[in-house]
Amino acid sequence: MSTQENSQKLISTEVQVDERTHDGSADTVVSAADLSVYYGDDQALSDVSVDIPEKRVTAIIGPSGCGKSTFLRSINRMNDRISMCRVEGRLQFNGKNVYDDDVDPVALRRRIGQVFQSPNPFPKSIYDNVAYGLRVQGKADDVDLDKEVERALKQAALWDEVKDKLDSFGLDLSGGQQQRLCIARAIAPDPEVVLMDEPTSALDPVAASKIEDLIEDLAETYTVIIVTHNMQQAARISDKTAVFLTGGELVEFDDTATIFEDPDDQRVEDYITGKFG
Amino acid sequence: MSTERKGDVTGRSITDVDLSSEKFKNRLFYGLLLAASSFGVVMLVFLFADIFYEAAIGQREFGIELGRFLGNTGSQTPANAGFYSAIIASVWLMALTVVFILFLGISTALYLVEYAPDNRTTRLIEANLANLAGVPSVVYGILILALVVNGAGLGSVILAGAFALSALVVPIVIVASIESIRAVPDGMRDGSAATGATKWQTIRRVVLPQSLPGIMTGTILALARAVGETAPLLMVGALFTDTSVPGGPFDSFSSMPVQIYNWTFLPQREFLALAAMGIIVLLVVLLLMQAVAVYIRRKYERDVSLTGV
Amino acid sequence: MSTETQGPDLSGDELQGDRATDRNIKRLLFGCASITVLTTIALFLVLFDNAAGYFYGARIWEVLIGQESFRQTVSFSEFFTGTRWAPVRAPPAHGVLPIVWGTIVITVGAAFISLPIGTATALYLSEYAKPQNRNRLKPILEVLAGIPTIVYGFFAISFVTPIFVSAVGALFGISVGRYSMMGGWIVVGTMTIPMVSSISEDAMKAVPDDLRNGAYALGATKYEVSLRIVLPAALSGILASYILAISRAIGETMAVSLAAGYQPQLTANPFEEIMTMTAYMVSLARGTSAVGSVEYQSLFAVGLVLFVMTLTANLFNDYLKRRFQEVYR
Repeated sequence: MSTQENSQKLISTEVQVDERTHDGSADTVVSAADLSVYYGDDQALSDVSVDIPEKRVTAIIGPSGCGKSTFLRSINRMNDRISMCRVEGRLQFNGKNVYDDDVDPVALRRRIGQVFQSPNPFPKSIYDNVAYGLRVQGKADDVDLDKEVERALKQAALWDEVKDKLDSFGLDLSGGQQQRLCIARAIAPDPEVVLMDEPTSALDPVAASKIEDLIEDLAETYTVIIVTHNMQQAARISDKTAVFLTGGELVEFDDTATIFEDPDDQRVEDYITGKFG
Repeated sequence: MSTERKGDVTGRSITDVDLSSEKFKNRLFYGLLLAASSFGVVMLVFLFADIFYEAAIGQREFGIELGRFLGNTGSQTPANAGFYSAIIASVWLMALTVVFILFLGISTALYLVEYAPDNRTTRLIEANLANLAGVPSVVYGILILALVVNGAGLGSVILAGAFALSALVVPIVIVASIESIRAVPDGMRDGSAATGATKWQTIRRVVLPQSLPGIMTGTILALARAVGETAPLLMVGALFTDTSVPGGPFDSFSSMPVQIYNWTFLPQREFLALAAMGIIVLLVVLLLMQAVAVYIRRKYERDVSLTGV
Repeated sequence: MSTETQGPDLSGDELQGDRATDRNIKRLLFGCASITVLTTIALFLVLFDNAAGYFYGARIWEVLIGQESFRQTVSFSEFFTGTRWAPVRAPPAHGVLPIVWGTIVITVGAAFISLPIGTATALYLSEYAKPQNRNRLKPILEVLAGIPTIVYGFFAISFVTPIFVSAVGALFGISVGRYSMMGGWIVVGTMTIPMVSSISEDAMKAVPDDLRNGAYALGATKYEVSLRIVLPAALSGILASYILAISRAIGETMAVSLAAGYQPQLTANPFEEIMTMTAYMVSLARGTSAVGSVEYQSLFAVGLVLFVMTLTANLFNDYLKRRFQEVYR
């Protein structure tokens, strides 16, 4: 892709962004206040404060090792699964600090889904992969499972490709299809927030662009928070962008257009223009 | 080598002398290694030849028939002696042992991989596993003799034999289970947890189904070890010749290897022939178990290649 | 901690059942895992308790509940230095040396077969064998390792001693009986070859190729590389395999009792019958030893000596393994 195309794309996205962010301010779903995360003696996040709006795509960008994945995992407490990990400060989900003693991380994760960097479908059928969340959350009996599986696969833009082979092995799909299957698995139990950790980094450009299109559609129903190392991707699909820099510091958070056109912080401008990171 | 570059005739002849002695040493060494390596092969050939020779003598000179051998129970008279009760006892022993070692093996491995904190207790359990695997089988025999046969007053019954065999081979199942549970990619666990599964749901629905083939292979190999064990059963009081067919876990018992031991021990040549026949049956059973283990491993390898995304 | 009432309920009350299951499962699994430790503890307790009955005429628990008191029945000096082992004959003799000697002499003799042949086989497999030869030899060694020990006992009694050992004995003008020390060496040596060869081969394969290439570049021959580079570099792994084979030979029961026999005697003559500790234990299984009899308790006294010997070997092996892993990982 040439630089010229890039900049054209940037501008066209920016027009869209303007439309979407200025038609009324959205409620905050996830908000961090002075959030610090440590792995043993290493600090991975340092005093992060941010308010993430409902039903928008929020991108988190920054150089590798800047703590962007750590931030994502601290939202649904997947960091709890790392024994060395320690969290300070607050992280609120709909106003509730998820690190309070009376919060069960399993209950939290049932309202916040996640999609991982490399597709990780279970070695089960496509149907069973999508139905997994509904089954483990005990919702399988209350809903029409077939209908919910179809709905999730349609939202994940995979239905047309797999509707005739729902019983076949999820691992037999292509990489891009597997990742969309994982998206369907994450949204099938109808969470409020979907976290995505570099969901396209293991995919080829065509598969990646399908997922990008899909993410924009998902934001009509869900709050999407996406970590990406690809700045063009952030510019294309996100409404808000948070820039993390080395040391786990959140340097700037604003409308995506502002971040890419006229950032306040010189370091962000350097990073965006490639002078840094 | 460097010698080829030398154009000088005298120089070459000197290096030729050196090299030929080197070559001789190399060839001698290679010959020694080859001879040593064939030792095992030669012994195996002798072993099989010996077994089939004795069995053939039994058929030709003592009129031992395979049908009668497999159908009759144990007897003091060689002509009537059969392997049936020993086979049934071994089936009972295996049936009970597989239950114990599967349950204990999977549970212990799951605890160590999925739950155990990284502390001294855990390291103690892990270090102890290696130690247990090295305890002589005969010592497990007297342990169960003291605890179960006499301590619990159960007497010399099949259940006690199964306990002794289970104690002996459960470390094999635990180690195999640990390996195959560790082989399940962490991405699977993360994917399940992020979808709102509890830890046990993740284990039951994702981890166990994926590690089961490896666990099964380990279990079959452990059973193959157990089915050929003699000493622990002798210690818990297995019968040398069982004239009745055991019908349950609380019956007295012999077993294939115990019956073979008895026949081998007796001085008459007829019994040696019976022992050879028994060994052939035992080896066929072992071969079948090995085949099943290999089959499962092959299938499993296919699945692994698919999971390796 | 937090008294806020605002925000969604994330306490997971609906998960209470699942949480209880999780807790109970964890307890159950921990219980199972601790059974392995309990087995070791039980081994110590049972062996010491019954051995106390042998040496002091009373079990430890009998003394603890005040039912009995200790009185020395077999002195340690007789046990460890006496040269006659006949605990159930009249008059009884409690010198364990003859059967400890039996175990040691069989183990050492077997080691003279399995260690050099196993090491050479490993060197051949790791350094010399073409892939197709390797693929043929490895399964044969696996079969050798998988054959039940009772079958080796049969082999000793029906072939090794009457055909081979008798022939060697005839050279010296000695007639060989049904059992012989040499028969024990051969079968126990043969059955432990695969342990030495497979573990040593793993250790040799773990030696980085850089080391070999470095030596070849200096003009070393394959034989020199094998002996001067590979063997020393894989030494701790090879030693571990030796310890394992020796520990296995010490605990070996069926093959050794059918090969070497049941006559406890301090002899160095390879054509004579001897008795190992394990053979003694098996020989008791032929009789019906009543609980509490000297015979019954001697089983545990001998078992304890055996257990301590193999435990020492296993701990040493553990130590070597850990050192080996440190070198290459």
